[in-house]
Amino acid sequence: MEPQMNQQLADLHQMWRIRILEETILQLRLAGDVVGSVHLENGQEAVAVGACRMLRRPDAVFSTYRGHGWALARGVPPEKILAELLYRQTGVNGGRGGSAHFSAPEYGFYGENSIVGAGAPIAVGAALAARFDGSGRVALTVFGDGAMNQGGVTEAMNLAAALDLPVVFVCENNKYSELTPINDMVRNPDLSARAHALGIPAVRLDGNDPAQVAAAVGLAITTAEHGRGPTFIEAFTRRITGHYIGDAQTYRPAGELEADEKDEPLARLRHLPGFDEAERRARAEIAAATERALAAPLTDPSTAREHLYV
Amino acid sequence: MSETAKLTYGGAINAALARCLDQMPETLLFGEDVALPGGVFGVTRGLRKAYGERVFDTPISETAMLGAAVGAAMMGRRPIVEIMWADFMLVAFDQIVNQAANVRYVSEGRLSAPMTIRTQQGNAPGACAQHSQNLEALLLHVPGIRVAMPVQAQDAYDITLSAVANDDPVVVIENRTLYAGAKAEVQIGGPVAPIGGHRLRRAGDDVTVVTWGAIISSVEAAVDSTGVSADVIEAVWLNPFDTEAVLASVRRTGRLLVVHEANLTGGFGAEVVARVVESGVSLRSAPRRVGALDSRIPAAVQLAQAVLPQTSTVAAALVEITG
Ligand SMILES: Cc1ncc(C[n+]2csc(CCOP(=O)(O)OP(=O)(O)O)c2C)c(N)n1
Ligand SMILES: [Mg+2]
Repeated sequence: MEPQMNQQLADLHQMWRIRILEETILQLRLAGDVVGSVHLENGQEAVAVGACRMLRRPDAVFSTYRGHGWALARGVPPEKILAELLYRQTGVNGGRGGSAHFSAPEYGFYGENSIVGAGAPIAVGAALAARFDGSGRVALTVFGDGAMNQGGVTEAMNLAAALDLPVVFVCENNKYSELTPINDMVRNPDLSARAHALGIPAVRLDGNDPAQVAAAVGLAITTAEHGRGPTFIEAFTRRITGHYIGDAQTYRPAGELEADEKDEPLARLRHLPGFDEAERRARAEIAAATERALAAPLTDPSTAREHLYV
Repeated sequence: MSETAKLTYGGAINAALARCLDQMPETLLFGEDVALPGGVFGVTRGLRKAYGERVFDTPISETAMLGAAVGAAMMGRRPIVEIMWADFMLVAFDQIVNQAANVRYVSEGRLSAPMTIRTQQGNAPGACAQHSQNLEALLLHVPGIRVAMPVQAQDAYDITLSAVANDDPVVVIENRTLYAGAKAEVQIGGPVAPIGGHRLRRAGDDVTVVTWGAIISSVEAAVDSTGVSADVIEAVWLNPFDTEAVLASVRRTGRLLVVHEANLTGGFGAEVVARVVESGVSLRSAPRRVGALDSRIPAAVQLAQAVLPQTSTVAAALVEITG
């Protein structure tokens, strides 16, 4: 097989793993095994998969609450993610973080964040540390189109630019912040223009194509490694599920969801010979992980106050 | 003209907001997802349709939202801003503490900021540490900001009106676990009450329990299950706080228990205890507080239960203090 084909199949498999993880979480949530607010990234898998395959060991990812797939793509075992959402001892944080706020630094996943945009300045700090710790780390932070309107994100971008810090800002533009379309919230729909204005090189690309995302992230890493500072990537994608579980999505114009479902990253690859096989492998892996996660003991409530201080 | 309607807690707030928009043309209502979607909890449903461009959606820009409220209020508008979660108000705390709170005072009363911030707080099963905090004490430490925490539908209606009609910044802290609860008879259309006051939820002789927020259901359950004879004072307004009502009750009962969902240390419960002790009223036993065990709030339900006050913790405190 050609290397390109191999890569496409590898991406396909990774995207299937995320999709099935998310579908499994949805089922667990509907069954009441998982409780509370859960944000799925169905349809947006290509951004995480394309980006994470370019990252090296020391690199650090800072995601949003919509971060299960980013964690998985970074290498966190699905069992540990599921166990976290199920509040088991074997979860990445023993249930302290939960669906929207967990971290797994041993996999370069420095955490989800449930405050919109808050990961961006923290990623700048991780990049700042790299200047002094010799790690060669590049920090990647991902946030949504809506997060661009959070002042802290602009502050973070400018600070990274002013200090030439190795940060990759990835904006997953899925056109909505919760129930509100981006067009009602900005005058200039080109969000990358803000990066340009701050002197940050920026690209806009098809976020449903992992190859395009990977190429841009690869270039961003090279730029960072050469001391030329941050890059901004605006990746266009669509979530083909609600903002949260139970979101009736009445805000979508007629036909939009159907069109998005035709163009989502997995639907695009349906013609690939390895499509069904990739799905089958992913299903088997996640099913086994789910079984193990469910079988693990709940975290002991007597430990609830541990880890508050050293 | 006063009449009654069967409303949920969320419905009562919606009715109050509608009345404000109707009767006070200077009101504005804005926030994230509040206009076209009607709010992530549906509390502002229908208001955009009914009141047009005075009701609008904003970007996820809490600093700009609250700063715009301060500025519009200084110019004579009466903005009502929804901050979806109290935790998110922290990204814009400057506009509340350094800006809104100072407007009247430092201008020697020449300016004012008649604005209302509606938000909601507290834990609900599975909520993460950034969506679970009880932050009223941060606001109560700031003179210049009024704070209320309604729990019953009637209070939600009345307090929303009083807050909006008040000429200073008011933060009304709601609770998302209550929005879609059972409907209750709510008097609507009556006169707008001034801010302040308390509600006596149980009357008794042996202990005064002061509480606020949704935790009151645990307090009432604990009082009822233990059979302790207690005055239960719900402090629906925390600033102004009805110190006199608490002192009058403690003078009779000689005992004080304060219950809140917020962390104990630096919680407003400490302030209530201090005011009672400082008053010199004679106490038959040491005052007590029940609150969260000074912790971050874990997402795991079984862990959250271990750090947040439960009916059983309140019941044990009641028995202990009266025993
Ligand atoms: C500071 C802050 N304000 C508001 C929210 C509530 N909130 C959670 S997700 C969200 C929408 C975010 O939209 P976007 O950045 O486009 O990301 P997406 O969810 O589409 O991936 C909002 C408003 C929050 N979590 N934090
Ligand atoms: Mg979005």
